[in-house]
Amino acid sequence: MTQENKTRTKLRFFGIGKILPFMKTFKNLIILMAVLGLITSLIDVAITLFQRYALNNFVEKGSFAGRLPMYLIVYVGAIVVQTLATYFSCSRAMTVEVSMNRDLRQAAFTHLQTLSFSYFNQNSVGYIHARVLSDTSRIGSLASWTVMDGVWHTSYLVFAAGVMLAINWKLALMVMAIVPLVAVLFSVFQKKLIRANREIREINSNITSNFNEGITGAKTVKTLAIESSMEKRFVDETAKMRKRSVEASRIRGLFAATMNLASSAALAIVLWKNDLISSEEVGTFSLFMSYAQGMMEPIRWLIDAISDLITTQVNIERFTNLLAVRSDVIDSPEVIEKDGDSFEPKKENWEPLKGDIKFDDVSFVYPDGEEEVLSHFSMTIPYGSNIAIVGETGAGKSTLVNLVCRFYEPTQGRVLIDGRDARERSQLWLHSHIGYVLQNPHLFSGTVRENLLYGNPDATPEQIERAVKLVSADEVVARLEKGLDTDVGEGGDLLSTGEKQLISFARAILADPRILILDEATASVDTITEQKIQAAIDEVIKGRTSIVIAHRLSTIRHADCILAVRDGKIVEQGTHKELIAKKGYYYDMYTRQYEDEEAAKILSSV
Amino acid sequence: MNKQTEKRERRKLVFFFLKGAKAFFVISILSSALSALADMISPQIIRMAIDNVIKNEPADYAKPVMRVVNAFGGFEYFKTHIWILALGVMAVALVKVITQYTFRVYNTKGGETLVKTMRDKLFGRIERLPFSWHMKNKTGDIIQRCTSDIDTLRNFISEQMTGIFRIVIMLTLSLIFMVTMNPLLTLIAVIPMPVIVIYSFHFHKTVRDQFQVCDENEGKLSAMVQENLTGVRVVRAFGREKTELDKFSAHNKYYTSLWVQVSKSLAGFWSSMDALTALQILAIVVMGCHLCIKGSMLPGEYVSFISYNMMLIWPIRQLGRMISEMSKASVSVERIHYIMKSEEEKDEPGAGEADMSGDIAFKNVTFAYENCPDILKNVSFTAESGKTLGILGGTGSGKSTLMFLLDKLYDLPENGGSITVGGVDIRRIRTDYLRRNIGMVLQEPYLFSRTISENIGITNEGMTLTEIREAARDACLDDAIMGFTQGYETKVGERGVTLSGGQKQRTAIARMLTQKTPIMILDDSLSAVDTETDAKIRKALEKHFGKTTVIIISHRITTLQKCDKIVVLDKGSVAETGSHDELKDAGGIYSLIYQSQSGLGEEAVS
Repeated sequence: MTQENKTRTKLRFFGIGKILPFMKTFKNLIILMAVLGLITSLIDVAITLFQRYALNNFVEKGSFAGRLPMYLIVYVGAIVVQTLATYFSCSRAMTVEVSMNRDLRQAAFTHLQTLSFSYFNQNSVGYIHARVLSDTSRIGSLASWTVMDGVWHTSYLVFAAGVMLAINWKLALMVMAIVPLVAVLFSVFQKKLIRANREIREINSNITSNFNEGITGAKTVKTLAIESSMEKRFVDETAKMRKRSVEASRIRGLFAATMNLASSAALAIVLWKNDLISSEEVGTFSLFMSYAQGMMEPIRWLIDAISDLITTQVNIERFTNLLAVRSDVIDSPEVIEKDGDSFEPKKENWEPLKGDIKFDDVSFVYPDGEEEVLSHFSMTIPYGSNIAIVGETGAGKSTLVNLVCRFYEPTQGRVLIDGRDARERSQLWLHSHIGYVLQNPHLFSGTVRENLLYGNPDATPEQIERAVKLVSADEVVARLEKGLDTDVGEGGDLLSTGEKQLISFARAILADPRILILDEATASVDTITEQKIQAAIDEVIKGRTSIVIAHRLSTIRHADCILAVRDGKIVEQGTHKELIAKKGYYYDMYTRQYEDEEAAKILSSV
Repeated sequence: MNKQTEKRERRKLVFFFLKGAKAFFVISILSSALSALADMISPQIIRMAIDNVIKNEPADYAKPVMRVVNAFGGFEYFKTHIWILALGVMAVALVKVITQYTFRVYNTKGGETLVKTMRDKLFGRIERLPFSWHMKNKTGDIIQRCTSDIDTLRNFISEQMTGIFRIVIMLTLSLIFMVTMNPLLTLIAVIPMPVIVIYSFHFHKTVRDQFQVCDENEGKLSAMVQENLTGVRVVRAFGREKTELDKFSAHNKYYTSLWVQVSKSLAGFWSSMDALTALQILAIVVMGCHLCIKGSMLPGEYVSFISYNMMLIWPIRQLGRMISEMSKASVSVERIHYIMKSEEEKDEPGAGEADMSGDIAFKNVTFAYENCPDILKNVSFTAESGKTLGILGGTGSGKSTLMFLLDKLYDLPENGGSITVGGVDIRRIRTDYLRRNIGMVLQEPYLFSRTISENIGITNEGMTLTEIREAARDACLDDAIMGFTQGYETKVGERGVTLSGGQKQRTAIARMLTQKTPIMILDDSLSAVDTETDAKIRKALEKHFGKTTVIIISHRITTLQKCDKIVVLDKGSVAETGSHDELKDAGGIYSLIYQSQSGLGEEAVS
């Protein structure tokens, strides 16, 4: 259940109202496109008239009568205007489309930077990613192509109908009688087609995930010897796919058939009722045939457009819902007034941070949860002390860290930083004093240096060098071809996890944080790297308040206080000695790990 | 392999995939030819209506046509019964619509059958490729080959190939009709066509590079968002929202500017194409009028000539694009061929079955992974029938490799010693038979995205819920499953609940128990389970062990001490063998670990 589903509302007029602010920027261009659309459809209608003129005057009368040059000038003139109009309307339409998409993406991305963690925890990366990139990419064409083509098709219909009515209203009415009938049939097929396409997309994604499973689960498939049953399942799915696709093609075929029959019917009507036109006017006869057939395409387009609008409406809904999500951690106007916001900080007004943390009768419920994971919790973490949080994966070890970092606000009670409620200062102020090292070190595309500067953009080369040395990342850097200027690849993937971890450590140290958070920082590195990192940790936590979420318990034996977390709740609290003596949950965990580690140590040392 | 044979291989592969689809394609091409023919007829009816019925010109058509006309009583008759011609138009339209429908449906049938065959064959192949192949190839890359490359190949055959056929048929037929009516005018109509095709071909070839640049940059933008989202903790904790936003804005602008450039080339192409087409029509109109005035063409001929010309213009414009896209297909075929030419797992000729309840003997087993030093060196030991064997070893000691070799996930080389079950070398045992008789729980178990009960009973679809629950109960999983709202019908994985590491391991154990195999292997399968549950599961398992030969891999003494025999593996060699009682005081690795793990209390606290 995502937050967005909860706030889902039906939008009126396909949600166009919601994106009007984004269309405003391009108001003039959009009007220009509409005008150009009008001009091109006018010319398209006119060219048919030119052809009628040629037949009715030149051919019928058996002579150009000296009017050929004038005829050519007008005709070619129309083509020139048409070409220019097409060029400008197409290039402008595309420009508006991509520019509007750009603005929508920008708005979504900017908004995401202000959202709090509850949003990111409740929505998967893939989901949010799709909101920023794919939903937005479908909206822009609405304001450009749909507007322009809409004008073209509607005005073509109107002009063609107008010309026909003016020339011969009886025949015109007969031809146009087909229109409503066709429109009804089209919309019936359209509905069926939408449903079929949705089903096909679903089956298709099933097939892809089947492939995925067959590949990532290959080892298990082999050990279980279930290749044949996997294959059978797969073949069933692809059979369904073929069946549905063929069904969809039948609908599409009927669609096309109706359109063809309708335009032939229009033609047949003109032929049948040809006596309504004088036999001297073959041009008029051919004009009716052209229009009668030409009118089907605009009808088809209009019906397509409606179904497109329905699809786009969903995109608009998702996009506007994203923008509507409010962060549940917000700085008060007074705080912003003094400290500035995340994009425009007023660093000159910032107070120094020492690093005393105090939980004062804190109760906490995750926004998407029901259970109180902290109730009336109080604890003082004096500046410079080292706190460890232990527990199994998924036990909720991050809760305290989330509150200290103000990724969430307590449901009740206060978190005090240096004796004052954290909410009295800006988030950025707090975050600028925090160093964070994650279990899965996260680097950004770019060079090692750029990644280090992430911790402190103003760091001098000397500071960088010192930080790198401090955590023994200098060996890593030395191994890299271009040293600090080596590209780390997407997500830092050109480096090993251990290397990434050391770099991310150096980054945290460059931030010179008052509060250092180590979130299972050594869980995914090998023993040698771990020893290096452990030494670095001991070094850097001196003089800083540190909170360590630990996976290997042997590394936190000397912590000032250990909190053991189970099923989201703090079950034990004390020093290593106290907790071991208690022979409770911590003791149990420790014993198990100790055994494993001892065994590993012996096995690797002999 | 040289280029020629490679080409032949690729062609062979395409024909292999086309099996079962060819007939559909033949029908679809035949119907499209028929439909093109039908397209040719209605302009002729219009021509007769204008020239011979309305205008009373003398008729001079081919004999069969005249015969039909005369059967009605000549063109005179149609003057009063022109509705027959209108009906003729409708009849032709009906033929056209039916053939077109057939074309569409059969083309889809062909295309979908082709896709189905490709997918099925690829999936089956992937499931049966040796495990080493899976280790060598990246999942994402294989999936890409199985999805987008398949689509490219399908488009090549069911859109480009049939499309080109269609266009060529259309072109030939209309040219025949046009030439018989007026060769000179046909020449004028044809002259611009090669220009249009070549221009469009070249344009699409060059614009593809532009598209590619756009795609690459879209990828970059997408990666940027991805990194921002996955690294949201880092971004927030370091207070770098502004940096992120600046980076995104810059690239967002750049990416959009690329599209604006593309929009200009596209608009230029479209409008110049439109102009070219319009000029071609103008030339025909003027020239046609001239011929009519001169008397060498009749107005009806002229009108129908324009109809044929209109039919040609769109296909001609598409032809260039289609040809330019054809080159993509050969790359895709090659990428698919890569998978299809990889060799499946194969049994030795004459491989059969063996008594799987016999002793399992490893004799002088030596093994190395590709391009790696030996991981197993001369390993010999026997797991006796119906007894429990423990293997103790550290990371990289080769203990899991031993089990992979026993299950033939990797093939033991000829000179690498031997593994026998019941005295038969496993090289002489059929792989599927062998695997079906070995139940193995891997260190990191893989679950399929199905329901829990499907996962447990995956090896036998007919399994009853009672059997499944019994296995789950023995794996201490039943309570946890019943805690889910949907119980055993709960889906796991991507679209379902996420199980904890311990729950996954227990599911895998339950899955193995349902297999009721004579050999069971537990490879570190309780590492994520807490001590209490660990003991419970072991107790429950013992009752299953009965006549089963069991191999347990662990580095926890408590897990191994009840084994009948324990093998201590150190850096790829057997260091010690014996029972717990024999080994615990023997002064070797085992006794060291035993001491460290049992004498925990005092040491840990110090």
